[in-house]
Amino acid sequence: MRIAIASGKGGTGKTTLAVNLALKLAENHSTALLDLDVEEPNSGIFLSGQDVQNLRAVRMVPQWDQKSCSLCGKCPTHCRYNAVIRLGDYIMVLPELCHSCYACSELCPDNALPMQEQSLGQIRHLRSGNLDFVESRLDIGLEQASPLIGQALDYADSHFENHKYQILDSPPGTSCAMISATKTADYAILISEPTPFGLYDLSLAVETMRHLEIDFGVVVNRWGIGNSDILDYLDKEHITLLAKIPHNREIAKSYSQGEILYQSFPEVDQAICMIIRHLEGIA
Amino acid sequence: MKIAFTASGDGWEAKIDPRFGRTDYILVYDEDTETLSCTDNRDIQQVAHGAGPKTSQLIFDLAPDILITGNGPGGNAAAILSQMNLKIYVGAGGMSIREAYQAYQNNQLKEGV
Repeated sequence: MRIAIASGKGGTGKTTLAVNLALKLAENHSTALLDLDVEEPNSGIFLSGQDVQNLRAVRMVPQWDQKSCSLCGKCPTHCRYNAVIRLGDYIMVLPELCHSCYACSELCPDNALPMQEQSLGQIRHLRSGNLDFVESRLDIGLEQASPLIGQALDYADSHFENHKYQILDSPPGTSCAMISATKTADYAILISEPTPFGLYDLSLAVETMRHLEIDFGVVVNRWGIGNSDILDYLDKEHITLLAKIPHNREIAKSYSQGEILYQSFPEVDQAICMIIRHLEGIA
Repeated sequence: MKIAFTASGDGWEAKIDPRFGRTDYILVYDEDTETLSCTDNRDIQQVAHGAGPKTSQLIFDLAPDILITGNGPGGNAAAILSQMNLKIYVGAGGMSIREAYQAYQNNQLKEGV
């Protein structure tokens, strides 16, 4: 069962929940945790273990071969991302806009746009106790997160297909990266905080999950700050409230020291157990 | 000299469109013939990705010597425009085309991207 941990707003506790949930599940079940927040993967801060594999991820982008090119002018018309531009007798490729669809390359009558490897990032597989942990890290300066997220999920497909649980620590927001990370999940846990900002961004994440037709429930983190509008919203929208994690300065302090929370804080352990009971109910 | 403006309408009283890639119109004033011509770029609203490169392609085809715009082109567009023999002036957002042209003549616009 693949479970995405997501949120509209950043900093609501995705990584905290993903790590604690994955470690708790791993006590009794085969479990993998994938950090898909490729622009800033940080689940690894809380985990240590033995390297299993360290892979260099690449993607393919076209490179203009001036000598073969007859300047027919077809390539820019094939690219729906405007990643190939013709300036007179010069063809310019913009790799950051390229979605590696191969259309310009395959349809070029002169074979003047051969696809070339471009470094994308790193996929690192660690074994941490009973837990398989995969961190995907995008190269600095690259803009497109989705291709690397896709490759990390492919890695999980081929290595953890018999695992009972795959927990996906997703990127924040509701844009391409978050959708790439959640769209193959069987279930999503949206974690938010009871503030107007948290509620608004949660409503965007809810809409996204409904659009993707992914069943989901909500965890309210830092319960006690802000107001209770979030509970009214969940009620009105008939959304399952999986658990509330109370706001507690000691939890924040422990988190900031890279500690695992459910072992020291019964209220976190209780929330995690409630979530697991729900997951077992829908499995 | 041919001077291109990113514009939100046609004619000298139209406002400069502060956006480069997603500008609604490109106006080109030809100082030799003293004519102002208009190219409709509103199809760019349908473009999800690469609006900057697409509008840069249009600028290339119009072949002006000067570009006057508002916020300035983004990274991809700037990379393409730098391949052309083109001077770019920014900061004309909010001005009419007439005001922007006068500001350019009086060296009141900032050069660069």
